[in-house]
This record gives sequence, structure tokens and C-alpha cells, in this order.
Amino acid sequence: MTKFEKTSSFSRRSVLLGGGALVVSVGAAVSLDTVLSIGNAYAQGAKPPLTPDQLSSYIAVNADGTVSAFFGKMDMGHGLHVAIGQIVAEELDVPFKAVKVIMADTAYTVNQGGASGSTGIQLGGKQMRMAAAEARRVLVEMAAGLLSVPIDKLAVADGVVSATDDKAKRISYKEMIGGKYFNVTLDWNKQMGNALYAPGKAQPKKPSEYKIVGQPIKREDVAPKVFAIEDFVTDVKVPGMVHGRMIHPAIAGAVPVKVDESSIRQYPGARVVWDKGFLGVVADKEWDAIQAAEKLKVEWSQVEAPFPDQAKLYDHIRKAPVRKAEVEKQNGNVDEAFKTAAKVIEADYEWPFQSHASMGPACALVEIKDGNVTCWSGTQKSHFVQQGVAATLGVPVANVRVIHKAGPGSYGRNDADDCASDAAVLAKAVGKPVRLQYMRDQGTGWDPKGPASTHKARIALDASGKVTAYEFTSKAFSRVDVDTNGSKPFDTLAGQAQGVALKSGDGFGVPAESYAFDNKRMGWETIPPLLERSSPLRTSHLRDPVGPQIHFASESFMDEVAAAVGADPIEFRLRYVKEARDVAVIKAAAEKSGWVTRTSPRKDQTGNKVSGRGIAYSQRNGTRVAIVAEVDIDRSTGKIFARKFTVAHDCGQIINPDGLVKCIEGNIVQGVSRTLWEEVTFDRKAVTSVDWISYPILDITETPGEVNVVLIDHPDIPPSGAGEPSIRPVAAAIANAIYDATGVRIRRVPFSPERVKAALS
Amino acid sequence: MTQKFNLTIDGKSHTVDADPDMPLLYALRDDVGLNNPHFGCGLAQCGACTVQLDGQAIRSCVTPLSAVGNGKITTLAGLGTPEKPHPIQAAYVEEQVPQCGYCINGWIMTAAAFLATKKNPSEAEIKDALSGLKCRCGTHISILKAVKRAATMMG
Repeated sequence: MTKFEKTSSFSRRSVLLGGGALVVSVGAAVSLDTVLSIGNAYAQGAKPPLTPDQLSSYIAVNADGTVSAFFGKMDMGHGLHVAIGQIVAEELDVPFKAVKVIMADTAYTVNQGGASGSTGIQLGGKQMRMAAAEARRVLVEMAAGLLSVPIDKLAVADGVVSATDDKAKRISYKEMIGGKYFNVTLDWNKQMGNALYAPGKAQPKKPSEYKIVGQPIKREDVAPKVFAIEDFVTDVKVPGMVHGRMIHPAIAGAVPVKVDESSIRQYPGARVVWDKGFLGVVADKEWDAIQAAEKLKVEWSQVEAPFPDQAKLYDHIRKAPVRKAEVEKQNGNVDEAFKTAAKVIEADYEWPFQSHASMGPACALVEIKDGNVTCWSGTQKSHFVQQGVAATLGVPVANVRVIHKAGPGSYGRNDADDCASDAAVLAKAVGKPVRLQYMRDQGTGWDPKGPASTHKARIALDASGKVTAYEFTSKAFSRVDVDTNGSKPFDTLAGQAQGVALKSGDGFGVPAESYAFDNKRMGWETIPPLLERSSPLRTSHLRDPVGPQIHFASESFMDEVAAAVGADPIEFRLRYVKEARDVAVIKAAAEKSGWVTRTSPRKDQTGNKVSGRGIAYSQRNGTRVAIVAEVDIDRSTGKIFARKFTVAHDCGQIINPDGLVKCIEGNIVQGVSRTLWEEVTFDRKAVTSVDWISYPILDITETPGEVNVVLIDHPDIPPSGAGEPSIRPVAAAIANAIYDATGVRIRRVPFSPERVKAALS
Repeated sequence: MTQKFNLTIDGKSHTVDADPDMPLLYALRDDVGLNNPHFGCGLAQCGACTVQLDGQAIRSCVTPLSAVGNGKITTLAGLGTPEKPHPIQAAYVEEQVPQCGYCINGWIMTAAAFLATKKNPSEAEIKDALSGLKCRCGTHISILKAVKRAATMMG
């Protein structure tokens, strides 16, 4: 007997109105007034405030019955919106095609953290699932009242609630709330960004009930791109818009001391915007702005060239003062264990500065009208750019709207956020909407860089070859010299150029794995930036921030230890890896790749063309990945062909397997590029890798011939991320394969032909 | 300084009054108002700006207006439509190739020009024809699948 079946207390009017039992979740019988108010209780014409505790901030049923899902994160090319649409459609019981996901427009979404840390599904999807489930609960409750049918006698299909025993009793979401707003408060945890969580009273579905989640639904945004129908941020135009370009010094740290505006007066509408270190131009036409930026006569301050000789970069890191040190993980007594070791193995690894080198340099358009600011940006974090633009212009955050439009790629804190703030400064100065796009040398030369790093690993063995202690320490530039977003002027080029007080942050990381050693210590040390203000070598987040660096070192090192104790690299790992899901990905990769148990290096090859195989594995915030790389090496040229990858990937529950495979393929290919080719170059004055010749990335002729992905699905484990975890072990897997092929251990990335050839000779 | 140019773009005539040294890219984007191709490097190093000039894939970011002459320009928007797609466009959708999608003018326009003259190309020939184009998202595996699929469709 449920609480809804007590018919005796119903009022006559309510029975007349509904013709049956009236049900609301509070469990008590209700009056006609309550019946009439049901609609108003949950649905209203006026939009509630856009706050995280309002259901209407996430879900709306439109007048035509379609559903809008307002998502405070955004897709950066992996089809995240498809997965979010699947989650929302699933929980709401509406067709997938009925859901439109609106991403990261600050006028329509709350700050769910933007694209950040592969949390689009892990955290963003979690919230959207709870919101959609709550919306369904509320709508079913409304229907129960309006149809006078108990909740447990109602079913929902395709957005229509109907009585299970009388299909004539039915009402659609559209009829109940279409075009109105939910008036439902959620239990918000008072956190903003990634940590935002605001569930309602509903329980989401059990995975066994899923019909849409888990399906390989295709992206609907591919065709508009392929037929040139969809606009990018670079394509947005507004009336009265002018074009901007920025000017940076030839010696980093120099500032303009004299600017001759007359040198560009031949270009219609040309104007200089100069404030301390900030220097830009605008012109009516884009081509004129480009030429004006080139032709503008500028006298720069005399400054010391700020950078060390690049050949001494790693010496610099090792000798630099430690600004912050942190031990993140520690167990046992490491120092004591090393004192009693039968044998100690040590190795050092190095990783260079790397650039986001997005496909196009960043672009933003800022329009200031009647005190209100609109910014179109390709940023990964529009709500943070909203704060940054507001701070830069000195206006309330509420007066700034940031509209996210797909940009030319984004793999972390690239140049997009700087571009938005620069455009805001230009727009304010000239009193017109300004579209600013950086030039190629600025996109590659002046984006925040992935930090260069050194890593020291050592392991203690007892007489039997058992590991008794392990220590891993990175010493590196900070991952947050400038923060992961442009919300504060001191983290933007515009703010730094205009002289705001600086606030460089410290952070790095440690290996993410489950090697169970009795004595283990993992930590890091950060060093000050090479140039404190407006530096082209300022460091921040680049896809899987510090993950490729750290795991190149830690997983190369595990291979070195395996070789030292005469063990097969996988067999060695399985001696110590603790967590069952980690063991499972390693075994899955081994099996799928046809791994044959033996020690490295191979001893059966002669001649210049040799091949090898290597394994690496890691975790990342709940996700586990194991990769077997198979590479071919030409010893005479040093050229490496990363021919085949087998990737075992476990991110818990899989929302869309096809989207996931594509996401992993991109991670592997970009990982190969960063491992084999990518290195920011600089001289004493400036960054010298400024285009695709000086900052080469992988060419299609070097594309892996095969990437075989093994997806391990755990429907009952909440989904973790996939946007970054599989780039993490790529470099180590390749390094280990090179060792297997040649017996030579390369401990510095990238494995360019010159470096490999030198190492092999 | 400026000069009038008559351009035939995707079958339509346009008159552009601009600096003869201005790259075609800016005429297409800013004067004609097309939202493709894209600015990627301005150095002919990436391909994001690629259009076809009389069937040849060219980098519009380094092609001065004065060099266009009477040639017929085809952009991605003129290559095909959702109703009547070019095989490489159909293959791109089928293989779900792009991630950010900013690079696709280069790959699609170059592949279309290549496939128009080369039937049943080998994988090595496809790679060679597309060498030098950039994709930062790392969609190369899907690109190769799509070009092979389109090659099969074009028989």
C-alpha cells in the first residue's frame, strides 16, 4: 500500500476535476487550490535567476516540446555535447534529437568550470544527469496531479507521461511546461566551477535501464563544419566592427617608449592603443590592421635579454632556487630503506617547454554598448573570461556576457583568454567593437607554455631484486605560473602588460599509479619563471597538464628497473600494481597487442631498420589507461615511426563509445607529435619557435598506421574523464619501445631524428 | 592604391576593390563575407585557408589578389552541399573526422583536387598528396579513412 492510495480524504472538487486519485509527492491529499497551483508551483512564466540552485539554470522544455540543456562547460572537439545530450535525454525520457545542448554562454549557463581536467562528463555530466532526473521527477509529479493518477501508475516515453493502465490518460511535457520555466530549487553545494553540484530529490536511473546512454550516436555538428555552414569565433561580425592586431617586443620584457602613430596613417581607421607595455593597433580593414602592426614605428626600452642559453635549460632548472616544494604521496621510511638497499637504480628525465600551437591563433570580438560588454571567444572557460574582461574593463561581472564560439582548437590555457582581454582593452580604447586575431607567431610564440621539467627517479632493490623503496621528484617550472584561466588580470598578457601586481602560482604533480612499494615518496619542486612579466615562456596548462612529462619519466623508469632485474616489462609492473582496474587495463593492452613475455631489449635484430615494443600505464582522476606502442626505427637517420598503438582504456561508465574512440585516437596522435617533434625553442631574447616550420608537429606521413582501442566499460562505475588520460602514457610507451628495439634509453623529449641518431651512435 | 578585381567564387561573380597585394584570403573573408576559408598561419604552412583555383588547391593566405586573374575560385562552401555533397564531404561526415574542425578546408579542398586527378590512389600516395597540411587535434587517422572512402566512392 503506497501513500498515494488513500482515496478517502480526497476532496470532492479534486475528484471532479481530475476524475481520479490525485497525487503529489508530499503524500497528503490536496485541495483544488493545490491542484490548480501544481502548474505554478513547478512552472512559471518568468525566468528564475540564473543561479546554480535553480533547475531552470540547466533544463528547459521549450514551447515546441524540445528540451534545452544549459551546460556550463563546453565541447572542444570531442563531441561532449552529444554525450551530455544523451545523458539528459536518458534521464528525461525524451528522444535524443529533442535535446539541444547550449554550451557555456554566460547569459544562459552557470559556471560549471568550462572545459577543464577532462571533467566534461565526470563532473559536468554528473550535474546535468541530476538536473534532468529532477526535471523528470517534477514533471511526473505534475502529471500525476493533472491526470489524477498515482505516480507509480505513470510511465514516460518520448516526453509524454501516461497512465500505465489507461493510455488515454496522458499529458506531454510540452503541455505541462512548454515555454515556461521550472520553479524548482536544487540542493546546491555552494561551489562554483568544476566542483559545482546541485542535485534535486530525484534518483537518476539505474544503468541497466539505459536506452540512450552507451549508444554510439554521431555528432550533428560535423556536417555543418564540413559544408562550411557553421561559424567559428573567427567568423563573427558585428556592425561597426574594426580589426585589431597586437604588437610584441623582439626582446621579451621590453616595453614601448616611443610610438609614431603617423607611421600608419595611410591605413583607413588606423589607430594605436598604447598603455605601458600594451601595444596594439586597429584599422577598418583586417589586411590594413595586419600591415599597420607591421609598419608601426616603435622604439622599445633597453632591457637585458632575459633567457638562458637553451642548451643549458635543464642545468638552469636543476640549479634554480626552489620556490615551492611538496611531497604529495608518502608511505614507509624511504630514506632508511635506501640506506639498506642491495642495489640502487637512478635516472633523470627531461621534458621541454611545449606550445599549444592551436590550429589558428586565438580570436576574440568585444563589443561595448551602453555599459554592457559582449565578448565572443573560443576560450575553454567563458565564465572565467567573463570575470577577466570585467576586471580588465572595470565593470561589474553582470555587465559582461561571454558567448563561446568554437575556436581554432584548444588544449588547455592556450592564447584564447589573453586574446579576449586584449580585445577588451582595444574595444574600450577605440570606442568600437574590435575583432582581434593574433598572428601565427603570436599564437605559437606567445601562448602560455606547457612547463619544461626535470624528473629524478630512484629505486632501492634488495638482494633478490625486489623493490624496497621508490622516490620520484620533479623539479620544474610551475604549471600555474599563470593560472588555468584568464579571470584575473595578473594572469593575462593585457594585465601584465598594463602593470598590475603579479601573482605567479606554484603547482606541479606526481605520478598517478598504484605501484605498491613498502616505502614510497613522490613530490615536486617548482622554480621561478625565467621572466616575471609578459613572458612568452610563462607556463600554464597544456593538455593533460604535466601528465605527459611526469609519466614519461615514471613509466620509462619502471621499464629501466624491469630491465635491471631481468623481468618482462609487463610482468614487472604486475608484480607491484595494486588496483584491479589497473591490472585489467595492462592485461587487456597486452592481450590485444599480442604481447609476448620476454625481457627488453630485443637481441634478434641486426641492420639499420629495427623494431620494438613498449608498455606504459597510468591513471588520471579515476580513469586508467595502458598503452602498448610498436615502433620502427631507422638507425641511419634516427627517424622513428610510431607504427601501432594498442590502448586499453577504462573510464568507468561509457556514454558514447564511438565518441570515446575518436577522443582516444586524437590523444594518441597528439601524444606522438609531442613526443617525437615538439619543443619550444628560444634564444636569449625571445621564443624562436613561432610557426609550423620552427615548431613542427606530426605530419600525416608520420601518422600511426594503427590505433587499436580496447574500451573497458563499467556501467555501474560513475564515468571519469577521457579528454586527456590517454595522452599521458604515450611518450613512455614510445621510449620503452625504442629501448626494446635498440637497447638505448632516451631520457629527453622530443625524440627528434637528430637526438635519436646521436643517442644511437 | 586599391584596384577593382572581378572574382568568380563558387559560381558567382563578385567585385572587390582592394590592394592588389592583399592575399585572396582577406578578400574572401572580409570583402565577400565568406566564413571559410580560415586564417591559420598566413605563411602557406598549414592549409586552413585552402581554396581551389581552377581545380588546383592553393593557399589563399599567400596568394595576392593580383595573381588570381580570371580563375574560378571554389571554396569549401562551393564544393558541395548537404543535399549534394562532394564525396570527400560525405566521407568526412560518415567518418566523423573533425574535432575542432578549423583545419578542414586544407584537407578537404586538397583531397578533392587530388582525387579529381588520381583514381584509386594507394595510402602512400594519399599521404604524399596531403603532406604538409596541419591538424592539431590529431584526427589524421580519420582523415585517411575518409579520403580512402571518398576515393572508393569516386571509383
